[in-house]
Amino acid sequence: MISQLFVLSQRGDNIVFRDYRGEVPKGSAEIFFRKVKFWKGDEAEEAPPVFNVDGVNYIHVKVAGLLFVATTRVNISPSLVIELLQRIARVIKDYLGVLNEDSLRKNFVLVYELLDEAIDFGYPQNTSTEVLKSYIFNEPIVIDAGRLPPLGPAAMFMQGNKRMPGTAVTKSVVANEPGGRKREEIFVDIIEKISVTFSSSGYILTSEIDGTIQMKSYLTGNPEIRLALNEDLSIGRSGASVYDYSSSSGGGIVNLDDCNFHESVHLDTFDSDRTLTLVPPDGEFSVMNYRMTQEFKPPFRINALVEEAGPSKAEVILKIRADFSSSVTANTISVQMPLPTYTARVSFELEAGAVGQTTDFKEGSKKFEWCLKKIVGGSEHTLRAKLTFSQESHGNITREAGPVSMNFTIPMYNASRLQVRYLQIAKKSKTYNPYRTTVSPSRLLWIPSQAFAKMIDDQDLGFFANFLGIFIFVLVIAYHYVMADPKYEA
Amino acid sequence: MARPQPSQRSPSTASSPSQPSGKSEVSDLRLQLRQLAGSRAPGADDSKRDLFKRVISYMTVGIDVSSAFSEMVMCSATSDIVLKKMCYLYVGNYARSNPDLALLTINFLQKDCRDEDPMIRGLALRSLCSLRVANLVEYLVGPLGSGLRDGSAYVRMVSAVGVLKLYHISPATCLDADFPALLKSLMLSDPDPQVVANCLSSLQEIWNLETSEEASREREALLSKPMVYHLLNRIKEFSEWAQCLVLDLVSKYIPSDSNDIFDIMNLLEDRLQHVNAAVVLATIKLFLHMTMSMTDVHQQVYERIKAPLLTLVSTSSPEQSYAVLSHLHLLVMRAPMLFSSDYKHFYCQYSQPSYVKKLKLEMLTAIANESNTYEIVTELCEYAANVDVPIARESIRAVGKIALQQYDVNAIVDRLLQFLEMDKDYVTAETLVLVKDLLRKYPQWSHDCIAVVGNISSNNVQEPKAKAALIWMLGEYSQDMLDAPYILESLIENWDDEHAAEVRLHLLTAVMKCFFKRPPETQNALGAALVAGLADTHQDVHDRALFYYRLLQHDVAVAERVVNPPKQAVSVFADTQSSEIKDRIFDEFNSLSVVYQKPSYLFIDKEHRGPFEFLEDLGDISLGAESGDNVIPAQRYDANDKDLLLSTAEKEESSGLTNNGSAFGGLEYDASLVSVTGSQSQSEIVFSSPAQAVTSSQSTLAIDDLLGLGVTVDLEPPQPPSLMLNPKPVLDPATFQRKWGQLQFSSSQECSLSPQGVAALTTPQALLRHMQSHSIQCIASGGQAPNFKFFFFAQRADEPSSFFLVECLINTSTAKTQIKIKADDSSVSEAFSALFQSALSKLSVS
Repeated sequence: MISQLFVLSQRGDNIVFRDYRGEVPKGSAEIFFRKVKFWKGDEAEEAPPVFNVDGVNYIHVKVAGLLFVATTRVNISPSLVIELLQRIARVIKDYLGVLNEDSLRKNFVLVYELLDEAIDFGYPQNTSTEVLKSYIFNEPIVIDAGRLPPLGPAAMFMQGNKRMPGTAVTKSVVANEPGGRKREEIFVDIIEKISVTFSSSGYILTSEIDGTIQMKSYLTGNPEIRLALNEDLSIGRSGASVYDYSSSSGGGIVNLDDCNFHESVHLDTFDSDRTLTLVPPDGEFSVMNYRMTQEFKPPFRINALVEEAGPSKAEVILKIRADFSSSVTANTISVQMPLPTYTARVSFELEAGAVGQTTDFKEGSKKFEWCLKKIVGGSEHTLRAKLTFSQESHGNITREAGPVSMNFTIPMYNASRLQVRYLQIAKKSKTYNPYRTTVSPSRLLWIPSQAFAKMIDDQDLGFFANFLGIFIFVLVIAYHYVMADPKYEA
Repeated sequence: MARPQPSQRSPSTASSPSQPSGKSEVSDLRLQLRQLAGSRAPGADDSKRDLFKRVISYMTVGIDVSSAFSEMVMCSATSDIVLKKMCYLYVGNYARSNPDLALLTINFLQKDCRDEDPMIRGLALRSLCSLRVANLVEYLVGPLGSGLRDGSAYVRMVSAVGVLKLYHISPATCLDADFPALLKSLMLSDPDPQVVANCLSSLQEIWNLETSEEASREREALLSKPMVYHLLNRIKEFSEWAQCLVLDLVSKYIPSDSNDIFDIMNLLEDRLQHVNAAVVLATIKLFLHMTMSMTDVHQQVYERIKAPLLTLVSTSSPEQSYAVLSHLHLLVMRAPMLFSSDYKHFYCQYSQPSYVKKLKLEMLTAIANESNTYEIVTELCEYAANVDVPIARESIRAVGKIALQQYDVNAIVDRLLQFLEMDKDYVTAETLVLVKDLLRKYPQWSHDCIAVVGNISSNNVQEPKAKAALIWMLGEYSQDMLDAPYILESLIENWDDEHAAEVRLHLLTAVMKCFFKRPPETQNALGAALVAGLADTHQDVHDRALFYYRLLQHDVAVAERVVNPPKQAVSVFADTQSSEIKDRIFDEFNSLSVVYQKPSYLFIDKEHRGPFEFLEDLGDISLGAESGDNVIPAQRYDANDKDLLLSTAEKEESSGLTNNGSAFGGLEYDASLVSVTGSQSQSEIVFSSPAQAVTSSQSTLAIDDLLGLGVTVDLEPPQPPSLMLNPKPVLDPATFQRKWGQLQFSSSQECSLSPQGVAALTTPQALLRHMQSHSIQCIASGGQAPNFKFFFFAQRADEPSSFFLVECLINTSTAKTQIKIKADDSSVSEAFSALFQSALSKLSVS
């Protein structure tokens, strides 16, 4: 069991503080914050999520820039507390619509209500959004999502909070629409994080897709839902070695290494027709997480070349090629590259006729950023950056610059080829006719995505300026199915 | 231990500009609340809500609003549930510091406990139990009793936890009202899974805190087959948190046969596919522990859990990945082969936080073997150029560790040497330390290494560890390095600029070694070094210089044999963790121990140790490392004393019961019996000892020294021939605890202590040594005058499997002794009892 639970802002202010057992000395929030802030002195190291100070164990997660912290004096399961903190953050988000410092401050009484019901004397009780509904009486003060600064694309994985974009899903599960009536909606997303490392010769060193099917339900009465995945989906590897790319059949079979499912999912018919049956709880949750090491085609190739041009000058040439069909366009691309710490000035040279591209050198963090509004499939873009150093370099610029990271969004792209064939709502009416609806991607919302690339020259290849480009892509793609107002009563 | 005192708010929150600064606002609030108290005007509730909100927000940031207590209570007579809830929260927060005012709330809370609405009943009962005021417990029993029988599951759920809250305020009241029995029957019959789960958690906690015979019986009852099956059959009804609770309980269940094991495992197989990492890890723990004795199945379990664990690592948040990776690391240490083909999963990703990367580096180090070393080292070398300096350092260290554990280090040495050419301070520093260790293990590489190391200018090396390593190499291989004497000489010239004593010590030794190999070139430098060393303010440096000087004066040949003998290559570097500790951590799978890589007794106070892990009697044990056979404690950890003192004091205060008989101040525990825990790991642990504990332990130590040196040589004729005891019995504390839990008391006696014995018992140590001379070992002891408590054990000399366990309570003011004996072979326990008493009666001031 836990002793206390508190939520701190980025500056360390208590927004909510709940002491369940009164066995941890006072000042724990300050002790915690000081420890996290000055972890290992000046070394820029992040504090681990679990640590012990004077016999008190502090376990924390970061969600939306807030620190959710639990303290305990017993030898508890760290996973349990981390899951619990994340669940509580998510339940709060379900209620408030948007989770950030502002919304939390405005609704702290509601949050206290939630915390009281979710945990009693340190033991987790009910953490299901819909069960809690009957115990929560405060109305959420919904803050206008439109005024929110757009989420940084990287936030999704950096913060460990798989969130969905767009305003449609920032509504509270309890608040009513302005019109006073509730919209019956359910959102299904496939979110994938793709990591690829490959050499300059195009040989893939590692690749992995970590995906999740997220659902956010606003359906009343919790009807049963059937979610059909690819019929040829296979799970678990048989025989073939882990990274056997050559033997990839390429026949469109989606082969997941492993997956796990949400509590509410029944797998009775999964083996026969790859259909998940579930009664979706209210609010946001992951229906299924999966992991795949099957071969796939990365959407971008990045080439970075660093050339010395004199003792205190160098030139960086960045090339991006979009490896997807020309009918598809990637949006809001941002490429970042850290430069050597002794870089004084950078001047940029965009390709001729470039439209909607901006560049910026961030003096403080010694990074440059290259933003592109869109990239059409099959096209290629180049940036030249001339660096001026404040001191002579030691011939190691390549090692000191990079890795390149890239954030982007591509609609209609799914690297794993995992699909939701259809989604069926089986609501039993009086005549027992299940209401059926076809899934049409009528409205698509896209998740920001990111890619990282790093380059390292490979000393093994000899004395020549051989270049081994290793790229890591992280790409997120979402299929977003929106079902607005299914007419149950019809 | 105390709840945060709201009256003393921290300066940091007070100075924050957005916060109101104090008194005037609070009195203003009080005034407004007072005006609203009786108001039934429309809109009054809304304004009350606003005021309540402000009160709560002050409370959150640490401003003391307890002065508004009576106003808040006055305003609480309302039907508005939001207001009620805020009021409950407020009351729960301040009742403890204002017990008199808390009495005011009893009335309306009790009334609410009888409300028609089950939710109000539940809420009121929860608040009532959360007041934590000892003299109000009488008002709790009634509502709790009816709460447990309430028709609403919500109320029963709240009551089940309420019983536990009551127990913490007043254990006697809770037990007298027979609540545990009620909980037990509720647990077996209630249709609501959350009620069952709360009953289980309350029962577990209560019986773990109780010391009675009944408690240990009840603890066993919770682990009985019908109970376990009852819970397991309903597992899917439980919430995921309750599932974890049940899984944790079942992991302690001892299955009757292999069918039992397979039934349980088949039932829980699908839990491994859960999204919730806590459920998956709890299931894994259960699987691993159940199959401990079945090697084949155990291996299959490893194979089975691999994929789910890797999925959790890659699809969870970084925080959860960290927790799961810690567990993977523990598993990898036990079965490195299992993950050796999955090494790519442990490659670091750019976006991951450093705590995850660090663990991944450790994983890579652990799974490196002949088949994957090349790939892993290649990957690690890339990280060495990382912008993230701590990670770059860690990866270099990882490369070194892999080099030290592999047979084929050819390529790795090359890579390390390339690091030196990278010309980055921290890379060079880390690499030098590693090259030194490598040379100690593989002297055959000295040639290649020396060539590269020789090119490094000592001016570029600033970190003491690296500098010391470089100097060591200069001394050790001075015959191969042309410049060695001259580099050393220049270093000695700058003796005063060298701040680290470590470096100066190495410098002395290195110049000595160099002198034996190249005397003419080094003589001057040696002289200068000895002079500087003799004048050094650091004691160790001074002593070493003096020692070398006298050694050289005595005989140069001897000096060479001492300082520079031919060395054997180190084959295995000392492992930092003993396997004993690792097993202990493995026993505590799915807990913080795994993350900290320490067994729980090193970081958890005894009173908070988890269910079933320690018998309460022995929970008080504090570890004291003793060197060898010596009885005098070398180090002692007194943190527990403080907590124990505090907790008893607190219990007395809150329950109003004076229970001096059990006021034991910390027990000491003879660690020579578990010397395997190793001094290395223990020396890392630093407990902050409170002042009073330190002084008391120091005084014992002082007496100890006085008495301890004259170890009693007892020449009494040994035991009666009927029962021979092994003079050096061995029993580790864990086994002791298990036995203690399993065995029944076979004999219980009271006797009185001789006046001499009382006089000798100024410290418990006197008795320990005395009993030791009678072949009876103490495993734990403690207490404060006049009450002492000891746990002894003895082993039959003719039958090593037969142990005697003794609990001995001594009251020095009444000279009464109570002895309780548990024996493997109860037929001889009477004989042993006689023996024990005769030994005890001979205790006197030696």
